[in-house]
Amino acid sequence: MEFVLITMLNGLSYGLLLFMLSSGLTLIFSMMGVLNFAHASFYMLGAYLAYAISAQFGFWPALVFAPLLVGLAGMLIERYALRQVQKFGHISQLLFTFGLSYVMLELVQLTWGRVAVPYLIPAELNGALFTLYSTDFPIYKGFMMLVALAMLGSIYLLLTYTRIGLIIQAALTHPDMVEALGHNVPRVFMLVFGGGCALAGLAGVVGGNAFVTEPGMAATVGSIIFVVIVVGGMGSLAGSFFASLLIGILVTYAVALDYSMVTLLSKIGVSVTPSTPGYAVLNLTIASSAQILPYVLLILVLIFRPKGLMGKREG
Amino acid sequence: MKKLNNTGQILNWAGYAVVLVIAPLVFYKGASLSILSQMGIMIIFALSYNMLLGQGGMLSFGHAVYAGLGAFFAIHAMNLASDHVITLPVSLIPLVGGCAGMLFGVLFGYVTTKKSGTTFAMITLGICELVHSSSLMFPEFFGGEGGITTNRVIGAPFHGISFGPQIQVYYLIAFWLLICTLGMYACTKTPLGKIMNAVRDNPERAEFIGYNTQWVRYLTLIISAFFAGVAGALSAINYEIVSAENVSLTLSANVLLFTYIGGSGYFFGPVIGAVVGVLLTTVLSGYTQAWQLYLGIFFMLSVMYMPGGLASSIMQNLQLVRHRQFAMVWRLQSVVIGFALLALTGFAGLTEMLYHRNFESDSGSAMKLFYLDCDVANATPWAISALILVAGLAGIHLLRPAMHARRLNAASAIEAALKKGSV
Repeated sequence: MEFVLITMLNGLSYGLLLFMLSSGLTLIFSMMGVLNFAHASFYMLGAYLAYAISAQFGFWPALVFAPLLVGLAGMLIERYALRQVQKFGHISQLLFTFGLSYVMLELVQLTWGRVAVPYLIPAELNGALFTLYSTDFPIYKGFMMLVALAMLGSIYLLLTYTRIGLIIQAALTHPDMVEALGHNVPRVFMLVFGGGCALAGLAGVVGGNAFVTEPGMAATVGSIIFVVIVVGGMGSLAGSFFASLLIGILVTYAVALDYSMVTLLSKIGVSVTPSTPGYAVLNLTIASSAQILPYVLLILVLIFRPKGLMGKREG
Repeated sequence: MKKLNNTGQILNWAGYAVVLVIAPLVFYKGASLSILSQMGIMIIFALSYNMLLGQGGMLSFGHAVYAGLGAFFAIHAMNLASDHVITLPVSLIPLVGGCAGMLFGVLFGYVTTKKSGTTFAMITLGICELVHSSSLMFPEFFGGEGGITTNRVIGAPFHGISFGPQIQVYYLIAFWLLICTLGMYACTKTPLGKIMNAVRDNPERAEFIGYNTQWVRYLTLIISAFFAGVAGALSAINYEIVSAENVSLTLSANVLLFTYIGGSGYFFGPVIGAVVGVLLTTVLSGYTQAWQLYLGIFFMLSVMYMPGGLASSIMQNLQLVRHRQFAMVWRLQSVVIGFALLALTGFAGLTEMLYHRNFESDSGSAMKLFYLDCDVANATPWAISALILVAGLAGIHLLRPAMHARRLNAASAIEAALKKGSV
C-alpha cells in the first residue's frame, strides 16, 4: 500500500512536470502548425536562467523572471526568424526549430560550461511535506504539483474568459476570418509562441533543481513530450494533460517493478535457465523496459487511434 | 528500368564514375581517404533518405533504424564468416545489410506508412527511440554500450584484395555507391517512382485514379530501407564496429540535415548535401570545437534563405547561364557572397575567441586565430572581429534588395525569351 501510494504521488508529480512542458508545445502546434523541436531547449534555457538569477537574487525572483526571459527569447525568434520561414511551409519551420535546438545547446554550453551546474532547491522548500507510513514526501514535489496545477488553471481562465484568449481560440480555427475582423494575427502568433516557450521555461525553473541542470536535460525529455502530445491528441490541451499523467504514472510504476517473465514462470513452476530459447526477452524486467514504454504506447495509439486520446483531427 | 538513351546522361554517369575512381588519387593526404569513404557511405544513406523526403514527401525521423539494423546484421554476418560458419566474401556483405534493412522496412513500414505527414514523422521518431532503447536492452545481439566489433579481413586475399588497406575499402564503397546511385536513379524513372511523386503532391487524386497511397508509400519505404541497409553494412565494413549510436536519433537527424542542406528537390541534391555535411562534421570538428554551433547556424540560415537547398541554388544559376542572363547577376552576386564570407570571418573570429576564453582558459589567453597570434585578454582582436562581422552584415543588408531585383529581372527576361520562342 505504501509503495502504491508513494509511487502514485511520484508519478503524478512527474506527469505534471511533463504537462508543463507539453502544454506549451501543444498550444504552439495547434495554433501555428509548428512542431517546435527546440521546445525542450527552452526548458533547458529556463533552468539555466533560473540558476543564474537565483545565484544573484534568490529562487523567487528566478521563478518569475526566468520564464519571462525565455518567453521574450521565444518571441524574438518567432518575430525575426520563424515568421520568415513560414512561407516555405511547415516542414521548413520544423527543420528550422531543429537547427535552433543545436544552436541553443551550444550557446548554453558556451555560457555555463559542459557539466551540470549546482542549481539547488531553495532552503525554505527543503524537507518533508508529510510522511506516508515510513516514506517522506518532499515539500518540493508538492510545490511542483502546485505550480503545474496553478498553470493549468490560469491557462484555462486565460483562454476562456479573457479577450486575448478568445481571439487566440478563434485564430486556432479561423485565422483568416480573425485577421479580416481587424486583429493582428501574426502578433497573436508571436504571443502564443512566446507564451508556449515561457511555459517550457517555467517547467525548467521548477524541474531543473528537482532533477539535474545539465546540457543533456533537453534531450532526456525532448522525445517524451512529443509522445505526450501525440498520445493526448495534437493540439488538445486536455488531452496533453491526461496523457502526461498517464505516461508519468506508467513510467514511474514501471521503473519500480523489478519483475520479468522469468519471475512469473518460476511462480507457476516452470524453471527457466539461461539456455532456454528467448532467455534475453524472458529475463527482461519491467524496470529495464520502462524507458521504451512511452514509445510503445505512442505506436499503439497511432495504430489504433491516430487522433490521439482526445484529439479532434489527425496530424 | 528505362534505358539511358540520352548521350548527355551517359556522359554525366561516366563523369560520376571517373570522379569516384580518381578522387583518392587527388586527395591522398592524411585522413582524406577515410573522409572520402565516409562521404561515399553518407551519399548512399542520404540518397536513400531522399527517396522518402524528396520523392515521397515523407519526413522521417527514424531512417537510421534501417541503416543501423542493416549494419548489425552485416557485422554478425562478417563475424560468422570469419568463424567459418558461413562462406561469404566481404564484397557481398552490403547485400546482407540491404536485405536486413529491407526486412525491417517490411516490418516497421507496415505500421509507419499507414499515415503520412506529421503523424508519419512522429511515429518514425517513436520507432527510432524504441529501437535505440531496445538495442541497449539486448546486449547479446547489440553489444550494449560498447557495440559489436569485427575484423574485415576474412580468409585469404583474392588477387591481392584483402580489404585490409583503406584504399581497397574505398573502392568497395565506391563500387556499391555507383550501383546504388544507378539503382535509385532508375527507381525514380519507374512507374512506382512517378506515382510516388503523385502521392506526394496530391494523395487524394492519386487515390481517385485508383492507386492505394498507403501501398505506394510502403513499397517506397521498403526499397529505401534496402539502400539504407547497404549504407549501414558499408559503414560496418569501414569502421569495423557497430554500436547503439548507429540506430540513434542523432544519425537520423544528421541524414535529414544533410539531405535538406543539399536540396531534396533534385536527385543529386543529397549527394552535395552528404559531401558538404561530412566535410562540415569531420573536417570542421578537427579544426574547432565550435563545429556544432557552426553546423546549427548554417542549417538555420539555409532553411531561412535557401529553402531549395544547395542543389536548387546551383540549378538556378545554371539556368541563368544557359539563357545568357548570368552576366546580369554574377557581379553583384559575387560581391554579396564576398560580404557573406567577410561576416563569416568576423563571426568565426568572435566564436573561436569565446570558446577559447570559456573552455581553454587554463592554457593561457594567447591563441592562434586564422594563423595569427592573438590574445583573448586584449580588447583589440574582439573589436576587429566585431567590426568585420558588422561590415559584412551591413554589406549584405544593403545589397540584397538590389540582387533580388536583378534576379527577378533576369527571370522575367528568360520568361519573355521563352514566350517568344527564340531560345
